[in-house]
Amino acid sequence: MQAVYIAKRFGVFLLIIWLAATLNFFLPKLSGQDPVRTKLLQQAALGGNVQAGMEEMVKEYNARFGLDRPLLTQYGSYLYDVGHLDLNYSIANYPRTVKELIAEALPWTVGLLATTTLLSFGIGTLLGALLAWPRAPFWLRYMMPPLWALHAIPFFLLGLILIYIFAFQVQLLPMFGGYSPGAVQGFTWAFVGDVAVHSILPALSIILVSIGGWALTMRGMMVTTMGEDYVVFAEAKGLRASTVFLRYCVRNAILPQTTALALALGQILSGAVLVEVIFGFPGIGALLFQAIQENDQFLIQGIVFTVIVALGLATLVLDIVYPLLDPRISYRRT
Amino acid sequence: MRGLISYVGRNRSLLVGTLLLLALALFVGIGSIFVDTEDARALSVPSLRPPSWEYPFGTDRQGRDLLAVMIAGTPLTLRIGFIAGFLGVGIGAVLAFTAAFYRGMTDTVIRSIADIGLTVPGLLVLIVIAVSIKSSLTVNEMAIIVASLAWLNPTRTIRAQVLTLRERGYVELAAMSGMGGPEIIFRELMPNLLPYLAATLVSAVSAAILASIGLEVLGLGPMDSPTLGMTLYWVNFNAAMINGWWWWWVPPIVIIVMVFLGLFFVTVGLDEIANPRLRKSA
Repeated sequence: MQAVYIAKRFGVFLLIIWLAATLNFFLPKLSGQDPVRTKLLQQAALGGNVQAGMEEMVKEYNARFGLDRPLLTQYGSYLYDVGHLDLNYSIANYPRTVKELIAEALPWTVGLLATTTLLSFGIGTLLGALLAWPRAPFWLRYMMPPLWALHAIPFFLLGLILIYIFAFQVQLLPMFGGYSPGAVQGFTWAFVGDVAVHSILPALSIILVSIGGWALTMRGMMVTTMGEDYVVFAEAKGLRASTVFLRYCVRNAILPQTTALALALGQILSGAVLVEVIFGFPGIGALLFQAIQENDQFLIQGIVFTVIVALGLATLVLDIVYPLLDPRISYRRT
Repeated sequence: MRGLISYVGRNRSLLVGTLLLLALALFVGIGSIFVDTEDARALSVPSLRPPSWEYPFGTDRQGRDLLAVMIAGTPLTLRIGFIAGFLGVGIGAVLAFTAAFYRGMTDTVIRSIADIGLTVPGLLVLIVIAVSIKSSLTVNEMAIIVASLAWLNPTRTIRAQVLTLRERGYVELAAMSGMGGPEIIFRELMPNLLPYLAATLVSAVSAAILASIGLEVLGLGPMDSPTLGMTLYWVNFNAAMINGWWWWWVPPIVIIVMVFLGLFFVTVGLDEIANPRLRKSA
């Protein structure tokens, strides 16, 4: 049964990849622009050339790039290339390939996202659990309204405010980039420390906004769980309060949280893209911004495709791990 | 009426949210009487003046009067949100009711599409769409692009609600007394879900505004419209933060925070109406 579940889930993952590739292929075609003709017209306009021979040139280039073949053949060869992770050249950074550029930026984004998501999920969940717990310290309750209010605003907006306070007014932290200009990159303590200092503000703007949401849902789940008979029974048995809290309440209430985490990854990433742009953090988001500025279609498509695949992979892993966390959910139910 | 007022008094979130949005509406309404919104275009006033009597919000580097920008831009941003939100919830509700009421194959297909679509980062898909269309967008086109993904979340949440409702006794009774599917949906299910639909609508509007501001900050918005997101794009583009031109970015941030907080509190308030167990005992 496990094999069937995992195979099914893997099928969905492949479906997502196929959809992303198809979207990338057909959307630009829908705009009805002829890329070769547009480019040649631009150049003709720049050079002030006569239009003679233009049609032949369009035909010649279309043949060379395979754009004169039937749409389905083009689509087939596109899928083949994407399947081999060939994402073409970057138009603005030729002769560098899209794959190289993404490989450079990806570790930054993965690092930032993994750290912030784990921290905000952990802190938020714990906070939410404590809020529902009658014996929790009273002052915790005063922390929630500001966190909920923060939860309603976008990551990057808080980022702008943090930049103003901590980088412009107090000048405590760097306001731009992932490392100091001129720093030697490598796995040295100096460089790692430099990166850490540069990451504080981007990370804070994601964490502070996310905590409130996790706390809110966790508190709701805790209230429901604490009403269960087995919790009353555990208390009646005279178990220690910390045991009831951790092993009986939190252990059960945390399960829907992890499902929510899988669903939230996409949204967190969308928000993080803008945070990177605001902070000039050298990850996928900043690369995407640069690609949009330079109208580098291949790079944009490559980034979007990579991110969708990466997130699909992350949710796949979470979905496969989930039944391990919750024995009540057998692999049979998808 | 008195009942309504005393209820709103108890439902603090709804009150706070409505007040925040009303304050914005007043600002825009009164402002558009006294301020010429033509000054929201570039090159219409001297550039980079800090706030003064003549220009209470100052002017930006390209010569826009920022007070006029805020007055013209706030409704534009809200318009994108409302068009996309209404479209999203409308389409979402139709799909959700069909899926949850008829079950079977239809349900499987609709549910799978919504579930898969939700795991994909929406902003990135919107970016590909916006880049492909490219030719400079209008505000309404922006709204439709944003709406293309705005139905996913409503579909999922409304479907879950309908699933719990359709098992109720009165729905069975209606079916037994010979009501057809659409009639049950419109006369029995819809009215019971109205507060919930309203809450879904408000959060969809909020999500749509968030998505549109995201696209605009990346430079994919309507270049010649002074929306709040475009203002932030120019703030970032001109590095107004580092240059100390605080009057340029404080107003858009304050207004965006007010919009999101207002919508958030209204959603919480509507949730309280939809789910009476959340209500505080008076």
